[in-house]
Amino acid sequence: MVSESVDIVNAFALLTNFVILPAIAYGSQLALGALAVTLVYSVLRFSNFAQGDSMAFGTMLVILLSGYMIGRGWTITGIPTALIVIPVAIIGMAVYLLTMDRLIYRHYRKIKAKSITIVMSSIGVMFITGGIVRFVLGASAQRFEDGERFIFSVREFKAFTGLEQGIALKTSQFLTITIAVLLVAFLFYFLQKTKTGKAMRAFSDNKELALLSGINPDRVVQITWLLVAGLTTIAGALYGLDKGFAPQQYHLLLLPIFASVIVGGIGSPIGAIAGAFLIAFSEALLTYAYKKFLIYLLPLSMHPSSLVQLIGTEYKYAISFVILVIVLLIKPTGLFKGKVIVDE
Amino acid sequence: MSNLNNVWQSYRVIISFAVMGLVLLFVGLNQSWALVLGIINLSLISAIMALGVNIQWGYAGLFNVGIMGFAALGGVSVVLISQQPVTEAIEAGGLQMLIALALGVLTVATGVLLNKKGYNKWLIAAIVVIGYLITRYYFSDAARVIEKVDPAITGYLGGLGLPIMFSWIVGGLVAAGAAWSIGKITLGLRADYLAIATLGISEIILYVIKNEDWFVRGLKNVFGLPRPVPYEVDMQKSEWLQNTVAWIHRSDLELLAQSEQIAMLSDYVKGTSVVFVKLCYTGLFVFILVALIVLSNLALNAPWGRKVRAIRDNEVSAAAMGKNITRQHLQIFVIGSAIVGVAGALLVTYDGIFIPTSYQPLRFTFLIWVMVIVGGSGNNLGSVIGAFIMWFIWIQSGPMGLWAVEMLGNYIQEGNTSLEFIEDRVHYLRLIFMGSIMLLIMRFSPGGILPEKNKEL
Repeated sequence: MVSESVDIVNAFALLTNFVILPAIAYGSQLALGALAVTLVYSVLRFSNFAQGDSMAFGTMLVILLSGYMIGRGWTITGIPTALIVIPVAIIGMAVYLLTMDRLIYRHYRKIKAKSITIVMSSIGVMFITGGIVRFVLGASAQRFEDGERFIFSVREFKAFTGLEQGIALKTSQFLTITIAVLLVAFLFYFLQKTKTGKAMRAFSDNKELALLSGINPDRVVQITWLLVAGLTTIAGALYGLDKGFAPQQYHLLLLPIFASVIVGGIGSPIGAIAGAFLIAFSEALLTYAYKKFLIYLLPLSMHPSSLVQLIGTEYKYAISFVILVIVLLIKPTGLFKGKVIVDE
Repeated sequence: MSNLNNVWQSYRVIISFAVMGLVLLFVGLNQSWALVLGIINLSLISAIMALGVNIQWGYAGLFNVGIMGFAALGGVSVVLISQQPVTEAIEAGGLQMLIALALGVLTVATGVLLNKKGYNKWLIAAIVVIGYLITRYYFSDAARVIEKVDPAITGYLGGLGLPIMFSWIVGGLVAAGAAWSIGKITLGLRADYLAIATLGISEIILYVIKNEDWFVRGLKNVFGLPRPVPYEVDMQKSEWLQNTVAWIHRSDLELLAQSEQIAMLSDYVKGTSVVFVKLCYTGLFVFILVALIVLSNLALNAPWGRKVRAIRDNEVSAAAMGKNITRQHLQIFVIGSAIVGVAGALLVTYDGIFIPTSYQPLRFTFLIWVMVIVGGSGNNLGSVIGAFIMWFIWIQSGPMGLWAVEMLGNYIQEGNTSLEFIEDRVHYLRLIFMGSIMLLIMRFSPGGILPEKNKEL
């Protein structure tokens, strides 16, 4: 009897290590990206197709800066250098985004272009940004983490608990979850309590009324891009620390990010976070091979011979697409009722 | 100055096509005719693709970001129609695969039907999940068996062994089917849902093509597709080509000795056969392009076209007049995607080889978009000139980039690492270059080179 209950604990340790922890980390990274899309959507009124490549751009800045710091030996033991340089990278990202806004998006706001035209111009920005990143760093995958890789490793966990299966907490996962929580808390505080945040929400709810009450639209737009720069750079850097940096992978992140935003209800920040975790958990749960897990739980006669994997890992992007389609079919406004922006 | 401007305004079409023709003539005289014909053929295929996108964007304001996927579906159709069936693989796993696919279709159909009848959502979900698991069980077995059959040469089911021209129609139909299901889901909702959904579906189509080896061989590519036109080797053996070439070059040949004459003649014949084959393709593509343009212009001037424009220019009042906007958009989206599918099939036919990795968003989705915008959205001839101009720039931008690096290299001493760095990455500048062209045209000349004539403002 004792061994059976240990088996159950082992099974769930396995699941935590390979599904739950990675999914929470991935979900947090997606959530930050999705919040950036939501902000642009609410205030600037277009779906920003350049989000994935902007995240790559922010990560590129982090990689370049941290490479420079490591080269000089300016590191702090135990802490990834990438983390230290993020504030500087955010400034660079903000300059880039504000320049793009000044050169491209501002014109379309001024002539009150249809939102689909702005979406199209954001695709132009997507290619330019992707081109810059690939030109500077190349298209191949690379890792840029340094310092301690684990908060605690599988071996330490096993020695501590005496279990057969261990749980490891990667530094990148720990950082992702902590920073995401702090950042989201800050963002909600900012939007709900500060005067600027309230102005942004008012602007997003009703542009004309906001303008009449003396809100400066240019300032709202600038603050939005600053917030987007912060979210984008941090999301990109955390994703890169966790899974490595590859421009194409960042480009493809666009799909799960959009799916998160739409599933949660486009324009709703809470919805974006919920959507991101839904997508991340679906991906992790559906692509995990349950063979080992089931061996712990089932009697010997019922042990599976195949991998018991519901969907091949190569189709993980298809999962977010299928979820997107199902939500569009059943509840097009998303789980949390988002808003629908009509062209002026 | 204003005089020149007036001439340009009234003869835009003639001038732009004449300039493009002169540029191609210049390349032909300086380099080779085979090269020019190659550029023209690919421009023509791109023009057909751009025409499909123009119908969606220019006639209905539908933003399709998945051109790559629809073109790939056209390419897949070529393989599935024209390749000979692999009997061994079909005997090994054909029936099982058929059962698996039938089960998959049955599962989806049951789900949709029960959903329409308003059954409990959880019941439907359970049925779909169980159906999926059974399907997957049969499917993975069948795929494994099929892929084991001589994987170096076949390892897939092959095609139907029908004439390749038939696949162009099928390519259009397959793309239309995919477009219908995407449009059915996303049209009538927000405008950018279509963009997101098409982006998603095109990536997924390519994932399937690359990963399912039993289907169209995955990353192993499909070689040696049959041709709708004669082969160069056969041409060179034919009497009449030899005689014609000899007649054309008779003055050159007369001056030479007997042995030199034969060598010279065979050189000429080789060159001519290459040009002739390309000309055959050109004829085919021109015929298809002209037919499509004539058809779509006829439709645009008919009551149908007026309805389409009315909806595009003012959805609200068109809806008030009782026009079904969603249905109209779906129709146009399907037609446009079908044309993209035909162009995708033509492209693979012309290449004679199906390479899944050649489908890049930049080359397919984005380049075609730039063609439509540069040419003038809403104008069919604009798409054609846009396709010629952008394909020419696209083709030349590779060599031009290398040339620029070489020029730069003259100023930097040998072995400089930064030069090697730039040489290595210069092709990524294409992304920046194409993106900038698109943004500049959108910003400063939204009408493009040939703006739409009957745009009501």
